[in-house]
Amino acid sequence: MKVDVQNLVVRHGDVTAVDDLSFSLAENKVYGLLGRNGAGKSSLMSVLAAFRRPTSGTVLVDGEPVFENRRATSRICLVQHGVDPADKGDRLKDALSLAAALRENWDAEYAERLMELFGLPHGTKLGQLSLGQRSAFGVVVGLASRAPLTMFDESHIGMDTPTRYAFYDALLSDFMTSPRTVVLSTHLIEELASLLEEVVIIDSGRLVLHEETEAVRSRGTSVTGPIGAVDRFVEGLTVLNQKQLGPTKSAMVYGALDQAHHATARTEGLDLGPVPLQDLFVHLTEPAGEPR
Amino acid sequence: MFDDRSPIYRQIADRIKADVLSGALEADQQVMSTNQYAAFYRINPATAAKAFQQLVDEDVLYKRRGIGMFVSPTARDALRARGRETFFGQVVDPMVAEARSIGVPLTDVIKRIEQLEDGR
Repeated sequence: MKVDVQNLVVRHGDVTAVDDLSFSLAENKVYGLLGRNGAGKSSLMSVLAAFRRPTSGTVLVDGEPVFENRRATSRICLVQHGVDPADKGDRLKDALSLAAALRENWDAEYAERLMELFGLPHGTKLGQLSLGQRSAFGVVVGLASRAPLTMFDESHIGMDTPTRYAFYDALLSDFMTSPRTVVLSTHLIEELASLLEEVVIIDSGRLVLHEETEAVRSRGTSVTGPIGAVDRFVEGLTVLNQKQLGPTKSAMVYGALDQAHHATARTEGLDLGPVPLQDLFVHLTEPAGEPR
Repeated sequence: MFDDRSPIYRQIADRIKADVLSGALEADQQVMSTNQYAAFYRINPATAAKAFQQLVDEDVLYKRRGIGMFVSPTARDALRARGRETFFGQVVDPMVAEARSIGVPLTDVIKRIEQLEDGR
């Protein structure tokens, strides 16, 4: 499903959660939505899923406004990590029936297989699930929805590592057999990075960047060597961070390096290395006024 | 799974090239599909597809529409020729530099190479 967001503003009272945000998502790609706590990720996804009305601006899915559009919302699924207090008494099998009624592409047989994969008991009430089980149940609903726009808002946060890996494998194999637009918000950036075709980074409700994951990654380089040589090397480059250990300095630079840079690094004995996406993210969303 | 020093797609491409060079992948043999690679390495299929595209551009693989990717008949010879071009710059020169920096005389290095050659 295609998504077009134009000049979106979302305010909660005095607080501006999303501040004049514009971007587009293409069909059938896996996106990472990255941002610090309070960056506006959840507000943005709530609007994309038509859980709330935008304060101003437009959100179109496949060219149609999403809010109060039943045809559009039956093809969108947003999984959040909490449970609505009103739903706590529902048993899992009833919650699955409800999800099935809401989503036109729901695959009940696949839902059963996922319930088994994550070891979830049908008769248990939502309010009785552990944090890990609740996350797993959210993932079951999201995957089995087969919704052309499926969004997971930190929904794997409570899972232990083996369960998260089972989620990633299930997501990937299902995405390959039933392609759709998937949006994942997460703080476990490094773990998920290789699954994301593109990343959208937001900060204080504004867009920081939207690009292919590999392109963002290729732009970060760590430069390590003698202090003087590193200082000469980084002149004119965007330095995100630097630290020193005795006579050695390591700097993180952002931006494409040319042949001349690589030649200089070789002759000056500087080590060039990659920067994890997670570290780039931290520095690209550093609050203004703090050391870059 | 990956060393993080270069893009994942390049590492996949390098792995396939190494298999072609070693003979593990033969001329006109079919390689695993994009989706199989993606599932195996737990990566986005677009990333795996990028590796395959790079190999098609370099004439290491060719595509048969609707069937899959195959090893070019000329791939092995071409990769060997390319490897020979960069061998001294990428393998021998750094080895000599390393030998110098730790104080191994080059005559010892040459002796060792001759021993290995005789041992065959």
